[in-house]
Amino acid sequence: MGASFSLLTVLVLVLLAFMGVRVAGWDPLFGVVIPYTALFVFLVGVVYRIWDWAKSPVPFRIPTTCGQHKSHPWIKGNNIENPSNIFGVVIRMALEILFFRSLFRNTKTELRADPSPRLIFGENKWLWAAGLAFHWSFLFIVVRHLRFFTEPIPFFVGLIEYMDGLFEIGVPTLYMTDVVILAAVTYLFLRRVVIPQVRYISIAADYFPLFLILGVAISGVLMRHFYKVDMLRVKELATGLFSFHPVTPEGIGVSFYIHLFLVSILLIYFPFSKLMHMAGVFLSPTRNMPNDNRKRRHINPWDYPVKVHTYEEYEDEFREKMKKYGIPVEKE
Amino acid sequence: MSSELPPELADSPKPKELMAIDYRPPQQPWMETPVNFKPGNYCFPTKAKNLRVLDMPNPREWAPEEEDWKLPENWMEIIREGMKDRLDKYRSFKLFMDICVRCGACADKCHFFLGSGDPKNMPVLRAELLRSVYRGEFTKAGKILGKLAGARKLTIDVIKEWFYYFYQCTECRRCSVFCPYGIDTAEITMMGRELLHLLGLGINWAMEPVANCFRTGNHLGILPNGFKDALDFFAEDAEEITGVKIDVPINKKGAEILFVVPSGDYFGDPGTYTCTGYIMLFHELGLDYTWSTYASEGGNFGLFTSHEMIKRLNAKIYAEAKRLGVKWILGGECGHMWRVVNQYMDTMNGPADFLEEPVSPITGTKFENANSTKMVHIMEFTADLIRHNKLRLDPSRNDNRIVTFHDSCNPARAMGILEEPRYVIKNVCNNFYEMPENTIREQTFCCGGGAGLGTDENMDTRLRGGLPRGNAVRYVQEKHGVNSLACMCAIDRATLITVCDYWARGVEVTGIHEMVANALIMRGEKDRQTDLRGEPLPGKEDEEDV
Repeated sequence: MGASFSLLTVLVLVLLAFMGVRVAGWDPLFGVVIPYTALFVFLVGVVYRIWDWAKSPVPFRIPTTCGQHKSHPWIKGNNIENPSNIFGVVIRMALEILFFRSLFRNTKTELRADPSPRLIFGENKWLWAAGLAFHWSFLFIVVRHLRFFTEPIPFFVGLIEYMDGLFEIGVPTLYMTDVVILAAVTYLFLRRVVIPQVRYISIAADYFPLFLILGVAISGVLMRHFYKVDMLRVKELATGLFSFHPVTPEGIGVSFYIHLFLVSILLIYFPFSKLMHMAGVFLSPTRNMPNDNRKRRHINPWDYPVKVHTYEEYEDEFREKMKKYGIPVEKE
Repeated sequence: MSSELPPELADSPKPKELMAIDYRPPQQPWMETPVNFKPGNYCFPTKAKNLRVLDMPNPREWAPEEEDWKLPENWMEIIREGMKDRLDKYRSFKLFMDICVRCGACADKCHFFLGSGDPKNMPVLRAELLRSVYRGEFTKAGKILGKLAGARKLTIDVIKEWFYYFYQCTECRRCSVFCPYGIDTAEITMMGRELLHLLGLGINWAMEPVANCFRTGNHLGILPNGFKDALDFFAEDAEEITGVKIDVPINKKGAEILFVVPSGDYFGDPGTYTCTGYIMLFHELGLDYTWSTYASEGGNFGLFTSHEMIKRLNAKIYAEAKRLGVKWILGGECGHMWRVVNQYMDTMNGPADFLEEPVSPITGTKFENANSTKMVHIMEFTADLIRHNKLRLDPSRNDNRIVTFHDSCNPARAMGILEEPRYVIKNVCNNFYEMPENTIREQTFCCGGGAGLGTDENMDTRLRGGLPRGNAVRYVQEKHGVNSLACMCAIDRATLITVCDYWARGVEVTGIHEMVANALIMRGEKDRQTDLRGEPLPGKEDEEDV
């Protein structure tokens, strides 16, 4: 149900943009008002969510340790999987954020019946590979898009664009990242439907962003290769937006507005959704803290006194027994 | 594997039957699948008297299988307030409610899921039990979109489901190793249990120890005289075996070191052999140390109750160290105790500025990694002794043992003490084999009875939860003839016996200091005939004269 509802929602969004621009001619709405709103909601929303998380303190230092701790000098500690200092934490976080270190460990457990029933653990890197491919291609695509908003275009944008089109297939050149993102998102969708356990846990909030991103990617590819739009005018609109002199040039083509509208929806949806994992991963207390609790005291800002059973109360109850058994006591 | 099961498992299905597990989830969505309390699958609720000792809410007698759980009238408000309070206090909780993408990487990492196939034992769904309510009560999207946003209403059935599944999680953190965001189900289960306790919903096998510990100083409710009896008994046993007379200092003021162990070590076999091992080792070293009857528990079932309860129980250790005027604290072989010591003790009950930075009086080694808590793990201590050749060891005395090592969840994933125990084991025995790499170190599997679940009324759940561990033990049993499962955790020493009896029949569970003491050549000892269990030592089988 979640999947079909999500697909339907995305299709309705596409139709909305199509009707809005092609039929109603509301170019300024779809080209200016909605993008501005989206950007505003995205920025304010993301900042708010991070602030909201950050205002809850981290009362205890609770890293999940995935390697040998630092103890004796003659035992090699694993400062990345079990960091004892900030340096190790930075490396651990970098590996997590840039290369999905934890997901890389993923295994697949199977129950085999022969010769006797037993569990077998196997490698399972598909989710890791698809996830990495998806996120990195998404990042490259975003960076590539900077050429629409900047003048002069920064050198790294050109570099990424050049690398991305290295194979020089077709005119205009087919970007590798476009192919990769379409394949990766398709895989991420299919595994949700095909793997029974994953299908069971999946809800609309999982399918919707997948379809939305798929819609963004497909509309982008379509307007580049099939329903071509006037890139100069697109850039005119984009730079207009970012210089706060918005314009909606004539004759850009509706496929562009569909693309822009889906991106706007993605931006609006972002802060309210699980997509916030992008920011959340930086704050995860099991990953971003060193395991040095016994060396450096961690302070709990809301610590409060609790009711304890004191030694005096204890001795008062058991003094006679203790004396009888020759256990030293405070009060004879 | 021999087919005969021991008497306590006589009613259980045969391992082959239990292993007929279907991992495919049912057709019915999980939100519409009500929880089903069946004997063997849940733990008995806390007795009212134990809640009263602790001043905890809603003490009463009740039963999970009954319809009416006798909750306070304003239970909904209590849960809402409780959630809000914890969301404001714990970034972990808030973040873990928000950022899960349900990728499913954690699904087959949980021993309870692998053993039961119950989809709500997938860590992701266990957390969704709580998240769905969080969304419904605290997020805009959840309030407006309802089920589409994965939200649901707070109902009595939800509470029942929480009780069932948060007491089918051993807070082992294995899933958190694989989660790309480090979402830790232990944190979520801890919050879930805290919320349940607000309504007076807990399990007696966890709360009776908590109540005992609060009053008598240890989980098992052993009084000071019983404590002394037990230790004296071990000393006599040791003397009988070694001919060496051993003193056991208790509540000794001015000793250099306070020694704290989980009470299981002086209560039941085979922990008692490890306990005997400690006192033999300390005697041989001439260590100036003391036991305490007041701080007679290193373990802390508060960890399975609430953060406040961790603090209430743990406070005794520093208080006693201060009263006795020791310099530093040494801790025995225990699992969750070391999660508490490593991650909570100093923050909750520190600073321990009345203690000194720990230094081994034997080797002069400074335990710099424990400079602030001033508490050293005995495996760090003993490994250091061996490294500096301070112990005369005869590992061949353990030649009857073909050993593998079970990393306990907390020392592995909430501390990272992986090499020290291996170093010690390899120095005290000659036959050591590792279990497969997906089942040890940070990927170790729980015994199935941690976090307060090591009781008998939930045996079905425990056996299922113990399957992955038992399966790995059986693998090395068949491949290398392993007959001993070493571990450094009191709960393991109690629960893994059942796991081995069921899944890897013939494998014995042993503590590490039991093996240390067997190998330890003490000054003035006689020609030992038996090990600490009274079994003939290898090579002495024929001349048994006991």
